[in-house]
Amino acid sequence: MGLRKVAIVGAGLTKFHRYAQETPKELAYEATKMALDSCEMTLDDIDSVCLGTAPDAFDGVHMKGEYLSDGAGGFRKPYMRHFVGGGTGVMSPIHGWFHVASGMFDTCLVVAEEKMSSAFPHPAGAFLTIFDHTTEQPLYPTLIWIFAIEMHRFMHKYGYTKKDIAQVAVKNKANALFHPSAQLGAKITVEDVLNSEVMAYPVNRMDISPTSDGAAAIVLASEEVARRVTEKPIWIDGIGYCLDSAYWCNRDLYYPDYVEIAARQAYDMAGIKEPSKEIHIAEPYDPFTYKELHHIEGLMLCKRGESVKMLLDGVTQRDGNLPCCPSGGALGVGNPIAATGLMKIIEIFLQLREEAGERQVPGQPTCGLAQAWGDLMQVGTVVVMRS
Amino acid sequence: MLDADLIAKTATKLSLKEIQEGKVLSVKDKPNLKYAWDNGVAIGRYLAELKEGRIIGKKCHSCKRVLVPPRLFCELCWRPTDEWTYVQDTGTILTFVISHVNWDASRVKRGQRYHTPAVIELDGAGKDQGILHLIDEIDPKDIKIGQKVQAVWKKPEERTGSITDIKYFRVIKK
Amino acid sequence: MALTERLQETTQVGYWTGAIPLEYVYTCGRAGEAYYRNLMNKGTFLGARCEKCQITYVPPRIYCERCFDRLEKQYVDVGDTGSVHTFTVLYKHLDGTPRDKPAIMALVRLDGTDGGVVHYLDGVKPEEVRIGLRVKAVLKAKKNRSGEITDIRYFKPVA
Repeated sequence: MGLRKVAIVGAGLTKFHRYAQETPKELAYEATKMALDSCEMTLDDIDSVCLGTAPDAFDGVHMKGEYLSDGAGGFRKPYMRHFVGGGTGVMSPIHGWFHVASGMFDTCLVVAEEKMSSAFPHPAGAFLTIFDHTTEQPLYPTLIWIFAIEMHRFMHKYGYTKKDIAQVAVKNKANALFHPSAQLGAKITVEDVLNSEVMAYPVNRMDISPTSDGAAAIVLASEEVARRVTEKPIWIDGIGYCLDSAYWCNRDLYYPDYVEIAARQAYDMAGIKEPSKEIHIAEPYDPFTYKELHHIEGLMLCKRGESVKMLLDGVTQRDGNLPCCPSGGALGVGNPIAATGLMKIIEIFLQLREEAGERQVPGQPTCGLAQAWGDLMQVGTVVVMRS
Repeated sequence: MLDADLIAKTATKLSLKEIQEGKVLSVKDKPNLKYAWDNGVAIGRYLAELKEGRIIGKKCHSCKRVLVPPRLFCELCWRPTDEWTYVQDTGTILTFVISHVNWDASRVKRGQRYHTPAVIELDGAGKDQGILHLIDEIDPKDIKIGQKVQAVWKKPEERTGSITDIKYFRVIKK
Repeated sequence: MALTERLQETTQVGYWTGAIPLEYVYTCGRAGEAYYRNLMNKGTFLGARCEKCQITYVPPRIYCERCFDRLEKQYVDVGDTGSVHTFTVLYKHLDGTPRDKPAIMALVRLDGTDGGVVHYLDGVKPEEVRIGLRVKAVLKAKKNRSGEITDIRYFKPVA
């Protein structure tokens, strides 16, 4: 394509909490500093900064990107913000990738932050205004409705049951027990999920990832810089992003076309012809249990209608053939909206370097992907990485 | 490798109680954000027709669908839309939800009916062309995907030109 | 390709009203906690000193924005006195109604720091204010302070 190779060379993550004392700037600093220290770089080594953060309405600061810039190492540097709802965290490395691949910059610091706890009565209330103000808001919808609506259609199409889907929560929360940032790592059972409070049938409380405060950061470098800075650069080999329309009632919700289109872009770029065989490890976005399955199908990691079989056969367990969400995912680690996707990127980064500690999947994976979703059932962002 | 000790020091865990009791300092604010959104040609007509007890859409000949709510251009094929056309106020439930929570995450009070929003494919609009609305006059447990529904309108003198001029849809017994 | 329809009559022009119904509780953060507690208890300002960059930030931060060093162990008390760096005179309230008497808002550069505090000036007439005027913070009585910027009532000139 004529563009330069780009690698991830460092990473940092804060702990995720429901209520953190730190200001958004302080959260961004902690993750960014850790990322720089992890590859022994300083701010002077950084040519550009890309920041991802989701609605200003969460942190309650207008122009949140500008507000966060100094905590993200962006003081008087070329700085850009990107925002695609929950898809932001995986859009972050894509945005950063352009900066380095184009040849414009040799390094790019990519930071994602979210402080949801400032919004009262509940950050979920901020989503009232994501719906059309004239045709939908007068009905007082909540984002949980829209997920439940999609989950119900997904279950209806293939005859999936809540019992099957609940296994995603069991798997991810158990995986999260070994993640140092995790907010809700736990050993739970399918019954725990089914008995948890009904929020909006078919969604129970334990089907949902928690509201969180947190930040994540990675350092991107050109090939020349990467090879100087680390022995194990992880290459961004494929990127893809696709946005569907906001008219979410005008499509059959059982399948995320926008994820497939983004995935195809990323696979083409990375030269991947059979994703279910060539992708060794995946971090699909899992804000709700069924979403992991919905996205696995959109990513074409299995045939349509077979994601539940894959789950029940143990294929997506940490020691299975295609581990999914070995980090613990949003369900286990937490969901500070923009930072979650970047947390998943960091997980693949660590796994491909064999540095994931107790979360390490066996079999020496060399190719992994992270995917995020966002907005009003609209965006798919996909990044394929290789060691 | 992620250093668990370093990570533990990055963020300080608080509880809601600690914030409310002032154990840490904080500042409260309520922004005064009010809006008046222009309806535009398409939504203006949609709301005006709702006041008259009718649902109007706009045809797209190349995509062979009727856009409800109507729009002046089709987002799929990027052409200006074709003629105005009414769709029926009956339809089919594509998917639905039984919600125990309100928009602000508070719980529906005991004794109140749970919310049952649905995506309803309106007759005459085309496959998967649905709108979001509420279902009522039925026990939530008895709602099924695929049921036929009919709009229940407010009385003409109560309508204001809003999506809520339709109070809800009810299931039509076969 | 242009849109093919326009409204022809003003009576057809309509709009939908709404609001964003959220409230916020902003924690002061780790640096802010130190700054506002100090203001509340001691009545002075804290800064954060970065020796590498030779900058003292007010309000303090946990990091230096330039070199990214951690500054949490480098908070310093910078007193309560400084000079007017710039100022403006306000004749209206936020909602546009006229004020009974004009208010003076200034950025006060605290002595020995690179930062400052934006607040009201009082005990001085607008026409007497000059850039460089020496001023000192006047706080609420200690028992009335709550750890907010409003614990400062205003800055007034010192001899």
